[in-house]
Amino acid sequence: MEQAIAVTVPDRSRLLDAEKLRFQRRKATNAFMTFLVTALTAISVSALFVIIGYILIQGFSSIDLNFFTQEPKPSGELGGGIVDAILGTVEMLAVGSIVAVPLGLGTAIYLAEFGEGGLAEVIRLVLDMLAGVPSIVVGIFIWATVVRTTGSFSGLAGALGLAFIMMPIIARSVEEILRLVPDTLREAGLALGTPRWRVTLRVVIPTVMPGIATGVILAMARASGETAVLLLTALGNNFVNTDLSQPMSAIPVRAYNYAISAFEDYHRQAFASMLVLVIVIAVFSAAVRIFTGRVRYES
Amino acid sequence: MNREMTMAGATTTAAADVKARELETRNLTAYYGKTLAVEGVSIRYQANQITAMIGPSGCGKSTVLRCLNRMHEVIKGAYATGEVLIDGDNIYSSSADPVRIRRRIGMVFQKPNPFPTMSIYDNVLAGVHLNSGKQRGVDYDQIVESALHSVALWDEVKDKLRQSGMALSGGQQQRLCIARAIAVEPEILLLDEPCSALDPIATLKIEELLQDLRKRFTIVLVTHNMQQAARVSEMTAFFLADERRVGRLVEISPTTQIFTRPQDKRTEDYISGRFG
Repeated sequence: MEQAIAVTVPDRSRLLDAEKLRFQRRKATNAFMTFLVTALTAISVSALFVIIGYILIQGFSSIDLNFFTQEPKPSGELGGGIVDAILGTVEMLAVGSIVAVPLGLGTAIYLAEFGEGGLAEVIRLVLDMLAGVPSIVVGIFIWATVVRTTGSFSGLAGALGLAFIMMPIIARSVEEILRLVPDTLREAGLALGTPRWRVTLRVVIPTVMPGIATGVILAMARASGETAVLLLTALGNNFVNTDLSQPMSAIPVRAYNYAISAFEDYHRQAFASMLVLVIVIAVFSAAVRIFTGRVRYES
Repeated sequence: MNREMTMAGATTTAAADVKARELETRNLTAYYGKTLAVEGVSIRYQANQITAMIGPSGCGKSTVLRCLNRMHEVIKGAYATGEVLIDGDNIYSSSADPVRIRRRIGMVFQKPNPFPTMSIYDNVLAGVHLNSGKQRGVDYDQIVESALHSVALWDEVKDKLRQSGMALSGGQQQRLCIARAIAVEPEILLLDEPCSALDPIATLKIEELLQDLRKRFTIVLVTHNMQQAARVSEMTAFFLADERRVGRLVEISPTTQIFTRPQDKRTEDYISGRFG
């Protein structure tokens, strides 16, 4: 008992030494961990830079005005462009968005503002599964339902495939965005004697409009690079085609077809196509950054 | 709605006191899911008076307030039983529409919550526009000006009506929220600790404002600040949670009486600072 008491009496100088030691160890640990995460970041980012740099070097030399304005040349001939693929991608993305954006937004609003309990949980689960499904599965589904019944590959089938890819991404990301709106704002609207649906439309959605735009753009960026879906639905085309009932080219499909071909000039253009795709996605991402920079979530 | 608008114009310009509505709760009991939060509250809120509701945290005073315009049930799983009567009409009767009731009973929250995407001007009109859209023949400028005059904010913001309401100070934002609430011309005004996020000067301004607003509205004020209750209210209701953490009304008396001669020992303990 006597001894126990003696131990509890602190020796100040010794305590200070122990304190100093702990401090030094903390500092060392901190330095090491900082180095570690920086190094890991550098490794993963440098891989990305290598990929983009390689595409840039390989693709840049092949990009000229013709590349954007001409249809492909027959195999063996030099030159030609991917104007048909650019138009096809734009058109299918636009039509796909017309389908996916309203569906995605509607689902997001339901989940964030009205959905409670079991049904909403089931919908979330389905959406997450849909978002995680390999795109080839979506392609086969559209092929079986649309291409087989209409009897032909078509731009419309491609657009529907892209819509399938975009819808769950839009629904889930916009749901998360809507959840960022503080409940105090909803209550402020409700307390003014406003029906719930009107609070959603006039208060909640405008408050996070930039965030909603971000979710939609991210989904479009993702869809613009989809290849497997389009191989089984839009198929591809060597000529400019804006008729949705006919097979349609797309940038990633063109890149794929050229990359597996036997011709040197096609390989060159495959890189150029990928570069165009990377630039398109970079533009989308930049738009996202601009939009999110404007978001204000203050309550 | 049009009729109400013209009435709005009349009441805001009238200098004379307006007869507001009387509010009464009978055996009001509130739940959050299965949890009983407040039990058996019966209070009569006199017309054109300020009734303060005080008590320590968790005593149910805010819950009671939110039951008075059916905002309590907005929280998932929350519901209330008993009666809340405006001039004898039960707002909890099955035919009562909570949306319409909230237009008659305005509410101001603890933290100022102007709509961040709207200008000062649009914030004041938010309730008017959200409820009836934009209509011809309605002098919206007049509604904005009179509502902002009512909260003594006009002179401070008249040159920046198109700016965001978020740019104002906390006290100004709270007065903007009061203007927004009274622009829809409710009959009763509920305030849930409206000054708890404000500094003393801004608090004083709101208290002065309440004295004016009392001429037009029946006011129910939840506050954790006993001095504030003593300064502004005619009646004070004291709430306390029992050992099962269920909030109950301990006593309601004229404010002068409750702070000098409380009838209940627990009230005396609370106002003399022995707990809470």
